[in-house]
Amino acid sequence: MPWHYIARSMRRHPVRPPESGIPRRKSIWERIHIDPWLLGLLLVLMGGGLVVLYSATGQSIDAVIAQSLRFGIALVGMAIIAQLSPSTFLRFAPLAYGIGLAMLIAVEVAGDIGMGAKRWLEIPGVIRFQPSEMMKLAAPLMVAAYLNRCELPPRLRDIAICAVIIGVPVVLTAIQPDLGTSLLVASAAVIVVLLAGLSWRLIGFMAVLGAACVPILWINMHNYQRQRVLTFLNPDSDPLGSGWNIIQSTTAIGSGGLWGKGWLQGTQSQLEFLPERHTDFIIAVLGEEFGLVGMLVLLCLYLLIISRGLWMASGAQDTFGRLVAGSIILTFFIYVFVNMGMVSGILPVVGVPLPLVSFGGTSSVTLLAGFGILMSIHAHRRLLSR
Amino acid sequence: MPKRPNTLKNSEQELRIFRVRALLAVLVVLTLASLIMGRLVYLQIVQHDMYSTRSENNRVRVEPLPPNRGLIYDRNGVLLAENRPTYNLTLVRERVDELDETLALLVELLELPEEEIEAFNVRSRQRQRPYQPALLISDLSEEQIARLAVNRHRLPGVEIEAQPLRYYPDADIMAHALGYVGRINAEEMKTLDAGRYAGTHFIGKTGIERFYEQELHGQAGLRKVETNARGRVLRELGRTDPVPGENITLTLDKSLQMLAYELLDGRRGSIVAIAPATGEILAMASAPGFDSNQFVTGIDVASYRGLQEDLDLPLFNRAIRGHYPPGSTIKPFLALAGLVEGVITPDSTINDPGYYQLPNDSRRYRNWLRWGHGRVDMERSLAVSNNTYYYTLAHDLGIDNLHKQMSNFGFGQRVAHDVQGESGALMPSRDWKRGRFNQPWYPGETLSVGIGQGYWQVTPLQLASATATLANRGHWVKPRLARQIGDTPVPRDLPDTLNDIELANDSWWDRVFNGMEKVMSGTEGTARRTGVGLEYRMGGKSGTAQVFSLGQDQRYNADEIAERLRDHALFIAFAPLDDPQIAVSVIVENAGGGSTHAAHLARAMTDAWLLKDDAPDAEEVREVLERDDANVEGN
Repeated sequence: MPWHYIARSMRRHPVRPPESGIPRRKSIWERIHIDPWLLGLLLVLMGGGLVVLYSATGQSIDAVIAQSLRFGIALVGMAIIAQLSPSTFLRFAPLAYGIGLAMLIAVEVAGDIGMGAKRWLEIPGVIRFQPSEMMKLAAPLMVAAYLNRCELPPRLRDIAICAVIIGVPVVLTAIQPDLGTSLLVASAAVIVVLLAGLSWRLIGFMAVLGAACVPILWINMHNYQRQRVLTFLNPDSDPLGSGWNIIQSTTAIGSGGLWGKGWLQGTQSQLEFLPERHTDFIIAVLGEEFGLVGMLVLLCLYLLIISRGLWMASGAQDTFGRLVAGSIILTFFIYVFVNMGMVSGILPVVGVPLPLVSFGGTSSVTLLAGFGILMSIHAHRRLLSR
Repeated sequence: MPKRPNTLKNSEQELRIFRVRALLAVLVVLTLASLIMGRLVYLQIVQHDMYSTRSENNRVRVEPLPPNRGLIYDRNGVLLAENRPTYNLTLVRERVDELDETLALLVELLELPEEEIEAFNVRSRQRQRPYQPALLISDLSEEQIARLAVNRHRLPGVEIEAQPLRYYPDADIMAHALGYVGRINAEEMKTLDAGRYAGTHFIGKTGIERFYEQELHGQAGLRKVETNARGRVLRELGRTDPVPGENITLTLDKSLQMLAYELLDGRRGSIVAIAPATGEILAMASAPGFDSNQFVTGIDVASYRGLQEDLDLPLFNRAIRGHYPPGSTIKPFLALAGLVEGVITPDSTINDPGYYQLPNDSRRYRNWLRWGHGRVDMERSLAVSNNTYYYTLAHDLGIDNLHKQMSNFGFGQRVAHDVQGESGALMPSRDWKRGRFNQPWYPGETLSVGIGQGYWQVTPLQLASATATLANRGHWVKPRLARQIGDTPVPRDLPDTLNDIELANDSWWDRVFNGMEKVMSGTEGTARRTGVGLEYRMGGKSGTAQVFSLGQDQRYNADEIAERLRDHALFIAFAPLDDPQIAVSVIVENAGGGSTHAAHLARAMTDAWLLKDDAPDAEEVREVLERDDANVEGN
């Protein structure tokens, strides 16, 4: 396999402790366990996101302030999480997973119904949140924690156990019904298994099995979910109803052209033809007002974050760290891909926000918590190796 | 649980696996990212123009500005067709929280039957884009508007919208002459100029409304507006004003028209009056009439069927489409034909034994007076409406000359300039009979034509028009309904007017006029009762058209024949004799003899026109008619 040669060439990685054994003087960033590159890129992304958000909310400074506050809270959360040692995550993974599972069941039994789906758990007057959001981190952590104890590549039995760990929360989320989140939970956890070295033969087998399951999935889908898929295949079949979103978003992006119509000048966005313009479809605002150039800048920003993240992940010193870090960063990319694909009309409409740009608190907190874990894994590598 | 693995050895292998997988992940990420990029390039560069247009179409809406339809006035400036503001009920689905509840509430408030809910539901879906109002009910009553206004807070998304609608203040009496507008149907839509009719929902269907559709309609304008997704207009980007339709002033006189309609008194019939010198149609009534306003908003099926199945055919415009045998009313024209062709002179006489026989034929063609009128000249033949004189004249003329001369008076063809749907009726000829029945013309048929029976059929408009031409001493002026379109008067001389009728001696016109005056004022005149107390000189001619043909020697008894088989009463008249101001034709279906049942109506018309306020009204005429309904035999 040629991959072995490539892998061998990667061995001279800075992760390795210096031969001399003389401890290097630690920078301020290292001491506070924050990766300056990643933080910088995230801040640029969030800043740009706020600029677009201002336009997308019809120039509401209130929305920008609210979003900034959420970003602030989420950044603080990220910083705190970054201080924890990776072993803490390893230790608490089963607990977090267990709590998450319990809450998902609670939602099923006593959840609040919002938008026709049970997604929210509420302690009245105190807090109201989606347990499925927590599972986005808890599930991959749990899988990684399990695989950390196995010999890798994982054997069939381990994979079966992983499948159970993944399957239960995914199914519970899917029946809420929240197909988008359940797919994201599943992909976050499956990525862990893939990174752990799932055999290619098994991957092929699962792919075939997955394809065979499509009809079953179709039969069990809710009508509105089926409608979304049908609309995706032919948006013009119902231009006023479910096709409206995708027609208007592609129109917004397409009409932006190379340079865009200018900030606050997008007619699709400003005249409210674009649905959910400040949440799931916010990238269409960017596409219309800043054109292809703006879109590519954003995409590059995401790719830089992902590159930095993957770099950090591959430098992790133990299996658990690597798997968790890899999963977090690749899931981040999946968010980006699914959202951009949906808005530009190459994927069906699933409710996935554009990470750190769409208006909304929960997903920012989860994402930055994930980056916190990533930073923790990166920052604690020397401590562990010593 | 797997046992704790040898960390050192395994971590080497695990790291290698991870790195391979991570590298693969990078490739997948790059592939998918390029896919997105490709899609973006496709949308924003390749398809940019298409999406630009689409977004522009989203934003910019072209709203048609329909022109105001021209108004229609009578000759004195009385409004006959106007545009009435009406109110429609519309609904914007997106603004309605609970559609079913709202519709149920509407039906309850307006006291409509429950089934309407379903109809509303269907109608509320008929639109092209979100936030476009859908039309639920057109032409709300004032009470309905008030009820909706009071409950406005309970009906979000429901709105009342103004729209001008055609309205005919005197619908019944004017329905046939004016015609009406109705909703443009699918058939008409195909042939219409879409730009000109943008935003117009109505089009002239009959009468003046149809004939002058072009002039009345005008040209639609448009405005470009920027709207948001909810359809709210944010600003106007450009505008072309509509060109309003032209107002039309008709030659009709509303009070004369109303009199004509009242004189007919709900009977089936028609009265047409023309000003001879100008060809202006002063009145053109067809009874019974109908309420043309019903057709504007769309008549309901039951009412329409009612009108359609009414035996009196209220929708049928008798004045221009009714075919009637003219009876004796054509005798003056026949006399003129004889003078033109040189078959008679005003002084030619015949001896009337009470019948006429063709050479070598035993059949007797009867005069209405069994024992005959004795010696009869042209003037007397008109006064007493002698049949034998005209049998002789018709036979001497022959059908060919007769057809030619009668065609010169406009019989058998459309005569008017701007009367929509006018019929040419029928002036029989050899060729016609050959074509129609594949039979030769028989001499006996010429005799029938000679007294206005047989195949000959005329419309009341033709009869009035021929009378006007006669009163005009043979000078043709095309009858017309429009006097002025916008600021342009309709010229007196119009193209395709028939040639004037010329007599060898101009004084012969006076001889024919005298004959017609004797009908009204002569001691033997068939309409002498009607002529009593005339304040001006009036010429007339009665006619009685057989609907039901009798055997050769049968006697006619009106009482024994069902009402609808009774004779039609006809009368033509013009006055004053020396300077004719008005020519009239009257037809009352199944009324009996023309001299008794139609002559009064004709005089009432001339009185009204010439004496103005001093003329008796319809009520007084009716009283005279009833008092006078004594049995005068014959025509």
